[in-house]
Amino acid sequence: MDFGVVVSNFGFLMVQGFLGFGNFVGGTLRLAIPAIVLGFILGIFIGLGRLARAPWIRIPATGYVELFRGTPLIMVIFWFWFILPILLRVPLPEYWVALAAFVIFEAAYLGEIVRAGIQSVPKGQVEAATATGLTAAQTMRHVVLPQALKNMIPALVTQFIVLLKDTSLASIIGYVDLTKAAQIVNNREIRPFELYLFIAVVYWICTYSMSRFSRRLETRLGSPMGNPA
Amino acid sequence: MQYQFDWSVLWRGQSAQWLLQGILTTLEISALAWLLASALGVLSGALRTVPLRPLRVLATFYVEFFRNVPLLVWMFFWYFGVPPLLPRPVQDWLFNHGAEFWAGTFALGVYHGARFSEVIRSGIQSIPKTQFEAAASTGLTVAQAYRLIIIPIALRLIVPPMTNESLNLLKNSSIALTIGVAELTFQTRQIETYTAKAIEALTAGTLIYLILCLGIASVMARVERRFAIPGLIARVGRAEH
Repeated sequence: MDFGVVVSNFGFLMVQGFLGFGNFVGGTLRLAIPAIVLGFILGIFIGLGRLARAPWIRIPATGYVELFRGTPLIMVIFWFWFILPILLRVPLPEYWVALAAFVIFEAAYLGEIVRAGIQSVPKGQVEAATATGLTAAQTMRHVVLPQALKNMIPALVTQFIVLLKDTSLASIIGYVDLTKAAQIVNNREIRPFELYLFIAVVYWICTYSMSRFSRRLETRLGSPMGNPA
Repeated sequence: MQYQFDWSVLWRGQSAQWLLQGILTTLEISALAWLLASALGVLSGALRTVPLRPLRVLATFYVEFFRNVPLLVWMFFWYFGVPPLLPRPVQDWLFNHGAEFWAGTFALGVYHGARFSEVIRSGIQSIPKTQFEAAASTGLTVAQAYRLIIIPIALRLIVPPMTNESLNLLKNSSIALTIGVAELTFQTRQIETYTAKAIEALTAGTLIYLILCLGIASVMARVERRFAIPGLIARVGRAEH
């Protein structure tokens, strides 16, 4: 065992692989952060759609959630990899393929968090808002969503942890994230044990510290949404 | 480019046979990994609630380290990283007996064991304290109380979240394609490579996963109703995806 290989390639692994600055368009964080933000925006619509009274909104939103929650993420990534170039009629860089796949896929899970968050707001709040003369849209925007958002925060942090781990799958289509960076170094140095153990520790430090943070938030906010994964 | 659909690629040539083999391999690796994960999950989940600190620390380390690292990294670690450190005869044996399948099963089982453990622990912790006290007062030892009282109740409480986690395991078995296990996603890709019909091949793969997942979920919904403990199930009933 010789962990010197990690030291000599530390810059490539962390700056190129983890952060995403360098010769390749890559980076674990460069994929994970836009994916969670855009996925959450889409997830708000999915979550609201799941709670809509009109069946022509509710049924497609439910179908969306069931479809993506019943399909492995790799399958979804392959779908986008093959479909997007056919639909758009231009070859697409791995970054955009991966980002599109993650946003669409995660929105199904984030939509469920949004739905649970909205359902956690007591009914009396809606009734009180209606009584003061707010319209349904105003009630949602000024009363329900702000409170729901607070309740969602721990679950959102947990989902970001899941997403951060999932971004390793983008390496399958050639996106240079932390996992792919380790593979590239390993092809040259043939030190799989040291390299994969090292990136395991890097992932672990990020995800574990975030899960501690989420647990602290949960106790502080007194989350009524139960224990996230 | 104009895409020409040709659904017959799914049953012409070897495609049907590949898909069938893929389904069988997916079910096989998932079932073996599930057994391993359940054993590790029950053991570490129970150990995390016992009054002995060193056992708790060990179990906590296992759970927190393995579930917080991507499964893909574990696949590479167990397949590429660990075998070179084993003695030569063991290596030879492994690579003559489908090393990728065993590494994949192991990676999947150990990773999901850590996730099962969390489900089991929350199940055990949701059991009222009086059950422990009642078990102790009837003269049961800690081991007996766990084996006869706590674990049987916990197993019934955790059916809904466990179903979710088991389906996650099934879906995650697709990651084994990265180390060359010929499971369903691998075979889907193979059909795509041979026929250049991506949409047809992916549709078939996706539908099979959906049917497997929805099928298992509906069977488990029945099991859930049968084994529910009235008044207790709601406490851990809320599934973590």
